[in-house]
Amino acid sequence: MELQTTIYLVVGASFAIYLIIAFLARAASTSEFYVAGGGVHPVTNGMATAADWMSAASFISMAGLLSSMGHGGAVFIMGWTGGYVLLAMLLAPYLRKFGKFTVPEFIGDRYYSQTARTVAVVCLLIICVVYIVGQMTGVGVTFARFLNVSSETGIYMGMAIVFAYAVFGGMKGITYTQVAQYIVLIIAYTIPAVFISFNLTGNPFPMLGLGSNLAGTDVSLLAKIDQVVTDLGFSQFTTTTAGSTLNMVFFTISLMIGTAGLPHVIIRFFTVPKVADARYSAGWTLVFIALLYTVAPAVGGMARLNLVGTFNTNVGITQSETGALTTNPAIISANADLFAPEASLLYEERPDWVKRWEKTGLLKFEDKNGDGRIQYYNGATKNPEFLAKAEAAGWKGNELTVNNDIIVLANPEIAQLPNWVIALVAAGAVAAALSTAAGLLLAISSAISHDLVKRVFKPDLSEKGELMAGRISMIAAIILAGYLGLNPPGFAAATVALAFGLAASSLFPAIMMGIFSKTITDKAAIAGMIAGMVATCFYVFAHHGIFFIRGTEYVELIGGPNSFFGLTPAAFGTVGAMVNFAVAFLVTKVTGGRVPQHVQDMVESVRVPRGAGSAIAH
Amino acid sequence: MTLDSNAKAYWSATLRLLTIILIVWALVSYGAGIIFAPVLNNIHLGGYPLGFWFGQQGSVYTFIALIFIYAKKMGEIDRKFGVQED
Repeated sequence: MELQTTIYLVVGASFAIYLIIAFLARAASTSEFYVAGGGVHPVTNGMATAADWMSAASFISMAGLLSSMGHGGAVFIMGWTGGYVLLAMLLAPYLRKFGKFTVPEFIGDRYYSQTARTVAVVCLLIICVVYIVGQMTGVGVTFARFLNVSSETGIYMGMAIVFAYAVFGGMKGITYTQVAQYIVLIIAYTIPAVFISFNLTGNPFPMLGLGSNLAGTDVSLLAKIDQVVTDLGFSQFTTTTAGSTLNMVFFTISLMIGTAGLPHVIIRFFTVPKVADARYSAGWTLVFIALLYTVAPAVGGMARLNLVGTFNTNVGITQSETGALTTNPAIISANADLFAPEASLLYEERPDWVKRWEKTGLLKFEDKNGDGRIQYYNGATKNPEFLAKAEAAGWKGNELTVNNDIIVLANPEIAQLPNWVIALVAAGAVAAALSTAAGLLLAISSAISHDLVKRVFKPDLSEKGELMAGRISMIAAIILAGYLGLNPPGFAAATVALAFGLAASSLFPAIMMGIFSKTITDKAAIAGMIAGMVATCFYVFAHHGIFFIRGTEYVELIGGPNSFFGLTPAAFGTVGAMVNFAVAFLVTKVTGGRVPQHVQDMVESVRVPRGAGSAIAH
Repeated sequence: MTLDSNAKAYWSATLRLLTIILIVWALVSYGAGIIFAPVLNNIHLGGYPLGFWFGQQGSVYTFIALIFIYAKKMGEIDRKFGVQED
């Protein structure tokens, strides 16, 4: 069957499944809308949370980042998984015992202040809106590439599907749809990885394959990557870092505590039957996330070798007569000279997948030395020995630019896999983006309808009224997200970094102090949250512009880029969190207020599992 | 034990468990995966330099183990102090 038709069929079938599930799971009460009735099994909840968490970035971009960053990519692998340990131990079980629906509700009650609640709502809305922009653009790009529509149409389609199952089903519809989306995305991600690992190393398990020898040789795959990329002037794959050691540590901490502070992830733990289930659910979530995250380094590493090997035949990666990816043991063991003239691939002989992706503009070739061959290497290096070798070989600058995002999407084509696999990858990318978008929309709408409308503006709102407000605010959020997706304020990656930085510096410290300290007062918490937010925004906006408006960067005012101990903006969330903790502690000491007894009792009660109700309003 | 001192003892036991787990969590990620990675890379796990392996694989497996160990131990502590759910 033709590729485009196959894609329509597979993706269309996945949509039908989501809509059927949503219909069967229609939410009828606020308890069902916000927390799925409080009865989701920990393993099921784990799968749903994993899909909720793994966005288009995890599915599409991460392997690409790993392929170019090598060891430095560990900040993402560790940063995006380590946070679940913090969630499991420091937040989830206690918030579940607290038993109400949202994060701002906890902050409002613990810090006995409507102001605190409102500050928390504002933080939450900024985090979620910023995050959702990335998802909608991801949905648009994926639909555009695979369903052959414009990215605008793609965004409208995404909005419509999310509207259908999120607005009717609420948390319940979203939870069970996310389980289906998890299954689709994990199968879609691992099948190409398994095939490529098997072809390159003879081992079908990608996690083991990455550590194996290349098929038919006793040369280790990672050693070969290291040797080939350093020969071509790139930094060594297994040892290269993401900035200084301090930057890597702070970046990782930012991502870990940012993950633990993300509202749309935290609310997922309100849906399990018991406190003990919340702990296990976090464990299961990490198992399901790890299935993708431990395969990603293999996808990234092997893609790096494939990429270099496609354009330089002396690397030893070729295509067999059937077109399948294969190794050439003789060339590999001989460590053939990469600078030999015939080693660089002739432009005319480039494989089909290169031609297809050239059309998208995500892969570009420019023949700088006019020899009709493609030289792919690191032209920007300062290493004089290497530059001398490149000159001697007649190379006049790197001729190939590749956008990292194509790595995962092009993988099945590179490995010559059948059409149904390519269609499945399309369905998987869409599943990842939609599941995260839905989770974010629910967090946004519950914050607005429950925390703002019901708790602050209209306390006598009936349950039915609240349900209606929930649905209306979700529709408004979908429209806003769609609008922002269609008119992105630039710097998609930077905006996601801001979302994590804000979660790390405003919400995580406030929740943690709320549970582990009985002395932090309302004013202290509010001051802390605001200080953390301001510090983080200050540093990020210095580098990327105030509210990301181009031309308003003021990085010179703070002493140049990364001037604070060499930290990149994405790593600054850790500093923001430290500011939050410090300010809250100082304000408590200096103003000396006392936390009311009923709140201290509440904290005592939250620390103990016994007496947890089902997740219905007390 | 009075109710109050039982609650205090329960919370102390909780904090002790959390501290131990967080130390391992930090050692395996920031320690083995970042700060000590260059040193560990001299050891190889199959074709993986060990520091690289911790950063991209080993830390994740350890995190999973830590969460389940925590959940199990925490359940035992709950029962020991009589605060478990029925």
